[in-house]
Amino acid sequence: MEFNRPAGQNLFDKARIVGKPHTRVDAPLKVTGTAPYAYERNDVVRSHLVGYPIGSEIAKGKITAIDAGAARKAPGVRVVITTLEIEPLGIWNYNVARLFGGNVVEHYQQAIAVVVADTFEQARAAAHLVNVTYEIDEDAEFDLDAAFARLEGTGEPSTNVGDFDAAFADAPVTLDEMYRTPSQTHAMMEPHASIVDWSDGGEMTVWTSNQMIEWNRQALATTFSIDPDTIRVESPYIGGGFGGKLWLRADAVLAALGSRATGQPVKLALPRPFMMNNTTHRSATVQRIRLGATRDGKLTAIGHEAASHTLPGGRGENATAQTPYFYAGENRRVMHHLVDMHLPEASDMRAPGEASGLMALEIAMDEMAEKLGIDPVEFRILNDTQVNPSKPSVPFSERHFVECLRRGAEKFGWADRNMTPGGRREGQWLIGHGMAGAYRGNLTLPSGARARLSDGKLIIETDMTDIGTGSYTIIAETAAETMGLSMDAVEVRLGNSAWPVSSGSGGQFGASSSTAGVYAACLALRDEIAERIGAQEAEFRDGNVVAGNTATPLSEIDGELVGEDTMTFGKFHTEEYLMATFGAHFVEVGVHIGTGETRLRRMLAVCDSGRILNPVTARSQVLGGMVMGIGAALSEHLATDTGRGFFVNHDLAGYEVAVHADIPEQEVVFLDTLDPVATPLKSKGVGELGICGVAAAIANAAYNASGVRVRDYPITLDRMIDRLPAI
Amino acid sequence: MRAFSYERANDPAHAATRAAAVSGAKFIAGGTNLLDLMKLEIETPAHLIDVSGTGLERIEETADGGLRIGAFVSNTDLAADSRVRRDYPVLTRALVAGASGQLRNKATTGGNLLQRTRCPYFYDTAQPCNKRDPGAGCGALTEGAFSRQLGIIGTSDACIATHPSDMAVAMRALDASVETVTSTGATRRISLDEFHRLPGETPEIETVLDAGEMITAVTLPAPIGGRQAYQKVRDRASYAFALVSVALVRQPDGTGRVALGGVAPKPWRRADADAELPNGAHAVMAKLLAGARPTEENAFKVALAERTLAAMLAED
Repeated sequence: MEFNRPAGQNLFDKARIVGKPHTRVDAPLKVTGTAPYAYERNDVVRSHLVGYPIGSEIAKGKITAIDAGAARKAPGVRVVITTLEIEPLGIWNYNVARLFGGNVVEHYQQAIAVVVADTFEQARAAAHLVNVTYEIDEDAEFDLDAAFARLEGTGEPSTNVGDFDAAFADAPVTLDEMYRTPSQTHAMMEPHASIVDWSDGGEMTVWTSNQMIEWNRQALATTFSIDPDTIRVESPYIGGGFGGKLWLRADAVLAALGSRATGQPVKLALPRPFMMNNTTHRSATVQRIRLGATRDGKLTAIGHEAASHTLPGGRGENATAQTPYFYAGENRRVMHHLVDMHLPEASDMRAPGEASGLMALEIAMDEMAEKLGIDPVEFRILNDTQVNPSKPSVPFSERHFVECLRRGAEKFGWADRNMTPGGRREGQWLIGHGMAGAYRGNLTLPSGARARLSDGKLIIETDMTDIGTGSYTIIAETAAETMGLSMDAVEVRLGNSAWPVSSGSGGQFGASSSTAGVYAACLALRDEIAERIGAQEAEFRDGNVVAGNTATPLSEIDGELVGEDTMTFGKFHTEEYLMATFGAHFVEVGVHIGTGETRLRRMLAVCDSGRILNPVTARSQVLGGMVMGIGAALSEHLATDTGRGFFVNHDLAGYEVAVHADIPEQEVVFLDTLDPVATPLKSKGVGELGICGVAAAIANAAYNASGVRVRDYPITLDRMIDRLPAI
Repeated sequence: MRAFSYERANDPAHAATRAAAVSGAKFIAGGTNLLDLMKLEIETPAHLIDVSGTGLERIEETADGGLRIGAFVSNTDLAADSRVRRDYPVLTRALVAGASGQLRNKATTGGNLLQRTRCPYFYDTAQPCNKRDPGAGCGALTEGAFSRQLGIIGTSDACIATHPSDMAVAMRALDASVETVTSTGATRRISLDEFHRLPGETPEIETVLDAGEMITAVTLPAPIGGRQAYQKVRDRASYAFALVSVALVRQPDGTGRVALGGVAPKPWRRADADAELPNGAHAVMAKLLAGARPTEENAFKVALAERTLAAMLAED
C-alpha cells in the first residue's frame, strides 16, 4: 500500500485505543526477568561455547604478528582466530571500519582476534595470553580544533541562500561565537551481544541485540559473502540502542567465525571497557555560528559552519542539520566539514545532527536575544517560519513551534524568572532559568507486517524491533484499533527476519513507520475477512465483522486468514512538504556558588509530534531524551587522548551518564496536533525530539544562574570556576 | 582472570602468616575492587586468602574514649553506627558520599584503605603505567593525555594517580590509626598519615605494609567535637569519584582541621595548613597545596579546593 496523499478522516480520528494510555504489553516479562535478551537465549540455544574479543592496542598502523600459541593451549580453549588468518571481510553500506580480517588497524580496539572456549572465564583468561606486535603509523592527527581552523571557509556550502556575507556585515546586531560538543557514547544498558549458530557453515542463525533486523541480515551477507536467504536474525528484546545497535558489529561477526570454526553455537558479548572504542560513537563537533538581526529582532543572516570527525568514508556528526530549516531569515550559509581521523568509528546516536547542532544554535539564540534585549521565547516566535526558509515554496506539513513556546512559557512560569544573570540566590545556590527550541526532522521508511487471524486471536508478525521504546504496545494498539478487537486479543511478534521487513527502529522513524505498516497489513486482512463472508463492505468493531445488518464474531471464522502488506510512502512526502517535529524545553538549575556544580531543579518539555500513539510510552521516550540531555549538558564526554588516538574514559565509571540523583521533577506536555502528511495515523517521531535542545536549555539556565557563559560542553565546573561570583 | 587457589582464614595472625608464606598471595575481603582488577588482569594473585571470617566485624569503644573499627566492618554498617553518627559525623558523611548502596554493603573498612587508584591509564592494560608495570612510563603524563581527574600534589614524574577513598579523607581529619598484624604474629599501629606512601620513583608500592601484614582495625581517638562536614565535588550528583573533596572539623573558636581528597595519592592534610583555618580558606590552601604541580587539565582543582572550603566556612 502506498501512502501517496495526506490522510483524510479515518478510523484513527475516532480511536478507541490508539492515542489512549496503555501500559507496556511486555512489561510483565521485563519486570519478571523473563524477556529473552540476546545473551540469555537458553530457551533456544542449549549447548554453546563462549567467545571473547581482543582489540587493537594502537589507533593506526599494521599488525605484524600475533602469537596465540599460549592461548590455544590454555584450558578449555577450542579455537583462537586472529585477523591475520582471515581475508579482509566485506563491509556493508553503513559500516565504515572493517569489522575483522587483514592486518590493517584503523582505530583503537578494532577487533583483531577472538578466543572461543567452553566458558566465559576460560575465554577471557586465554585472551590475555595473546601477544600482538604492531607497526604504528605515527601519521595521525586527532585535533578537531586544528582541523576546523584549517578548513574554515573552504568547500561548497550545503545551503547558500541570499548573500550571507553582505547581510551579516550590514546587520545592526550580530553574534559570532565558537561552540564545541565532545564525542559521546550511547552507553546503553545491554552491551552488544550475539549468539550465532553457523555450525555447518551453511544456514546461519543469529540471536542478537539489534535495532535493524534486515540491515543486520544484509550486512552479515555482505560481510561473509553469503546468500542473505541462508541467514536468520532474531532480536525480540533489546536493552537500549540509541543508534549504537543500528549496525552489524563485531559481536555477531566474531561469534559467527567462532561457530563456523568450532561447529557449535558461540555467544559473545562485547565487554564494556572494549565497547566504547570498538563500536560507534557520536563525533565531537566544533561549530562557528554567526547571526545577524535587525534591532527589532528579525534574523537577517544565519551562518553555521561546523566540523566533525570520522574514519575515511564515514558520515561524522552534521551539527548543521537543523540550520537550513529551523528559523526564518533570507540570507544563510551552512557548511559541514568532515574531518578524517583515526578515532573509533563515528556514527549515529540519538538525533544525529540536531542533538549536537542545537546544543550550539540554541545557546547562540539565547545570546542573540540578550544582545537584542528581547525575551528568548519572543525572539524565537519572531523568527518562526511556516515554510522551508531555504526553499520557501515548500511548506512545513505541520509546524506548531510557536504554540510549544507559548504553552511552555505559561506552564513553566517563564515570565516570573529573574532576568539578571547571577541575580537570584538561595543559600549557596545560584538559581537560573533557561529555555531552548527543539527541532528534529521526521522520516518515514517502508514498513511491512503480516496479520494472522485464527479463533478470534490476532497475531502480528514483523521484523520491527522494540528497543525499549514501546513498539510491542503501539503495534498492538494499531492492530486492535484497525481490527475492532480488544488489546488482549492481539499478540505482537517482533524482531525476526522470518517476518516481513519493517522500518526497524532508528532516526525516530520506527513508531510512525511500523504502525503504518501494521495498519496496511490489517487492511489486507480485513479484505480477506470480507471476502470470506462475501461482503463488499464491512466494518470491524467489538470483535465482530459487520456487513449490512449482520455481525459475525471474528472468533467464528474458520481456519486462519492472513493479510500481509508493506506501507510505502510516496514522493509527495519529501517533494511537496518539509516534515519535522518541534518542541520547547524549559529548565531551572542551581549552580553552586562555591564549586560551580550545576544541578537540575525542574524541567518541562512541550512537544509537537502529530498524534501521540500512546501517551505513556511516548512520555517515557521524551523523559529519556531529557535525561540524556542532562548528561550531554553536564557530564557526558568521551575524553580523547590526542597523543594516542583513543577514548580514555571507556567504562561507565569514567564516562558519566546522568544518575538518578541528577534527575529533577520532569514534566512533558504533548500538543494535541495531527500531521496528515506523515502517515495514515497522522503521527510523527518523538523519541529523538526529546533530547534536542535540552542541553542548550540547561546551558542557558546555568548562564542565567551564574552569569558565566560556557560554550563548550559538557558545562563542567572547571569551565566556570575562575569566573564565578564571590562566595 | 588468572586461575588462583583460595583459602578461608579464621584468625588474623594465621592469615598474615599464610600470606607471607604463599607466593603471590593476597587477602580478599569485600572484593569490590580486587575482583574487578583480577578480571582485567591488573591484579594477578596466585592465591587468595579470604579474611571475611576472621571476626573483625565489630566496632568497639576503646579505653581512651575512642572507637576501634574492625577491618571487616562494612562501609554501610560503619556509616550507620550511632556512635559514629553522633561523635564522628564527618566519617558518616564521607562514607555515604562514596560508591553506591550495593558497593557500600560489600566494601570493608580495611579494603577501602587498600583500594587502588581509578586512573584510566592504570585501568587500560594497553597503556603504559608505572604503577601497574614499573618502568613502563606514565600514560597520563604524555602529551595529549587525559589527566583531568588526576592528582595535583604529592605526585611524582612517575605517577600522578590519586587515592580514590572518601572514607580515608574523613579518617585522616580524625587522626585515625591503622592496626595490623604481621606475618610473625606481632601487632603494630600506624598513623593513617604514614600508612599510604607517596609514589616517588616506586608508585607500585602504595602503603607501608610489609609482606603478609594485614589490617585488623582502624582506631579513632576520642571525639573532638566541633562542626564536622564533608563536601564531595563531582560532575554528577552521585556515583562518581571526587574531583575534590574536603573534610572539615571546625571548633567554635575557628580552629580545626582540613583534609582533602581527589588531589593526591593519599588523603591530604598538613598541620601548618590546619593552623591557618582561623585565617580562612585562602590561607589554608596556601599551605595545604603549596608546591602543587597540576597538569593543564587539572589546574582547576587548586581554585576548586579553595572555593569549596570557603563555601563550607561561609555556611557557619
